[in-house]
Amino acid sequence: MLPIAAAPRRAARFAARFARKVCMAAALLTLFALATGRLAAQTDCLACHGDAGMTDSGGHSISVDGKTFSSSIHGSLKCNDCHADIKEYPHPDKVAKVECKNCHADESSSLAGSVHADAKEHPCTSCHGDAHSIFPKADSRSKVYPLNVPATCGQCHSNQGMGQKHGLPSIYPQYIDSIHGFALSKEGLLVAANCQSCHGSHHILSHTDPQSPTYKTNIPKTCGSCHAKINDDYMAGAHGKAVAKGNLKAPVCSDCHTAHAILQPTESAFRMQSTPICGSCHKDKLSTYRDTFHSQLGSLGGYVETARCWDCHGAHEILPASDPRSPINQANLVATCGKCHAGANQRFVQYQPHANAHDRKLSPALFYVRLFMNLLLAGTLTFFVIHTILWLIRARYNQIKDKQKDGGKHA
Amino acid sequence: MPDLDPAATQPPTQKPPAGRYFRRFTREQRYMHAVLFTTFLGLAGTGLPIRFSESIWARGLAKAVGGFGAILFFHKLFAVVLTIAFLLHLKEVFQRGLLHREKGVFWGPNSMVGSPKDVKDLFAHLRWFVGLGPRPQFDRYAYWEKFDYWAVFWGMIVIGFSGYAMWFAPFFAHFLPGWALNAVLVIHSEEGLLAILFIFSIHFVNTHLRPDSFPMDMVVFTGVESEEEFKLKRPLEYQRLAREGKLESRLGEAAPTWLINFSRVVGTIAIVIGLTLLVLTLTAYFS
Repeated sequence: MLPIAAAPRRAARFAARFARKVCMAAALLTLFALATGRLAAQTDCLACHGDAGMTDSGGHSISVDGKTFSSSIHGSLKCNDCHADIKEYPHPDKVAKVECKNCHADESSSLAGSVHADAKEHPCTSCHGDAHSIFPKADSRSKVYPLNVPATCGQCHSNQGMGQKHGLPSIYPQYIDSIHGFALSKEGLLVAANCQSCHGSHHILSHTDPQSPTYKTNIPKTCGSCHAKINDDYMAGAHGKAVAKGNLKAPVCSDCHTAHAILQPTESAFRMQSTPICGSCHKDKLSTYRDTFHSQLGSLGGYVETARCWDCHGAHEILPASDPRSPINQANLVATCGKCHAGANQRFVQYQPHANAHDRKLSPALFYVRLFMNLLLAGTLTFFVIHTILWLIRARYNQIKDKQKDGGKHA
Repeated sequence: MPDLDPAATQPPTQKPPAGRYFRRFTREQRYMHAVLFTTFLGLAGTGLPIRFSESIWARGLAKAVGGFGAILFFHKLFAVVLTIAFLLHLKEVFQRGLLHREKGVFWGPNSMVGSPKDVKDLFAHLRWFVGLGPRPQFDRYAYWEKFDYWAVFWGMIVIGFSGYAMWFAPFFAHFLPGWALNAVLVIHSEEGLLAILFIFSIHFVNTHLRPDSFPMDMVVFTGVESEEEFKLKRPLEYQRLAREGKLESRLGEAAPTWLINFSRVVGTIAIVIGLTLLVLTLTAYFS
């Protein structure tokens, strides 16, 4: 072989050896960096945790969808901003629990004083969802987006699971079929009241706590934050004034409308259920109403047109008859009754919608009419029942006697 | 209803082989009774759920006919039909008694108007019940039959007037005092209850279910009754007609089998509905 031919062969061998060394060095460097270097970017962690099937020794998923996470509210953070105890690789099998309160101190302290204070049962993620896919509450992907709130709370506050475990009432089905629930789930109204509109979010208190927005005397204000005009009317009426004076027996919004199963008041179901609600306090008025045409007709299913309490008395601004603004003030009766009874006149409105036929002083004419009718009924029936029973016995006696004689059918 | 003059009715027909039959009610009177009991059952069936609107069965019944609106509609419909029947009856009485001066409409054995004999019969009947005297002899209309007639007559005026006063309350308020608007409901419901209890217990037993007629008196459906029944139930009328030689003019034909069967079915349905409503009323009244 010519010496001149050896040079290029040596060069090639050198190049191959050099390349092998560079590769080795690069590999070693990478390994070194991974093994002992500080973890800096999400990509470092995602190199392993990006694997969708990754689980811990207990079988729980410890994978993170990098794409979702980077678009989430915490997407700009580094993993160990939250997982603060993980500083290098490899990290220990057991890692500390993430403390949201390190950043979210206000929310955390609010939560601590609330009905959800038991953090074991209620970590932030119960409501905000998976820690790596938390979105701002205005984002429709967020678990606390107004349209998603009922389903989020409903995870526990419904028939299943925790609701049964803690003996909590099943609120979700009631809410979702209510006027608020319909507005939210069917119409997608962002302003429709969802759970946290009334209960708050982090600092949720029991309705027995005077600080709670759902404490009896606070309810008008809570509902009034949306229903401002109705709140004004209510506060001007007899019930509002009584509550303002501290009378806890007087009804607030939820006593008549219920808290969660709120119905459209013009709906027949509400018209059917409203009278007994008023009657649970106004017992004497309910019993006299029961005796009238309005009630007798109105009690039968499917017919809701007859007057209910609030058709005459008003619903929110309920005023005594002595008040000239009251719909049941003498001067307003023709108009009030005329809403249903076209052609109502002054004499027509003398009708007593709460007449008591058993009260001689209150309704003397009616008392005597009833007495006469009762005596007529009792007298006629008593006489004829005795008459007919005696007749039956005698006729049967004769029939049997005659049958023995000639077997005839007729006595 | 006052009886038609026997001379104006159909000529006598041949004797049926099974014995003679005599006409008691005209076709018009039987139709009147049919309209009366049909509308009465309808009014009771639609009125009771309103009267006892708190009972479970009332709500069920209301639902079955299509809710309250439907119940009130049918109640008013039956009421209008019954009112028309009542007015037709008044017109007939007026025409026969006052215009044509027909004898016996307002007085005598063929009249529905009470007489001293009815009072005597009542006491005699009561004495017979307890074995203190002989069974009284009745003429064409016995005292309890006249009572039934006047009870319905009075009932229709009272229930009808109070019903229309509620139906057209603003109109009636032009000439009724305010308290009367309260009173009409009490009157309507109490009088209605009396009518229902009376018809479904007293009338049913006195006329249909008592041993002499059990299970039902067919004469109001077929219009005729057998000679034997006629003689036993209304001996005075039979004797009177025989004495006056008018017995033949009252002869009728035995009812065809289909009419008897049809009447039995209709009558049984009416009595069953009536007794059911009676039981429901009594349970609601005493619960």
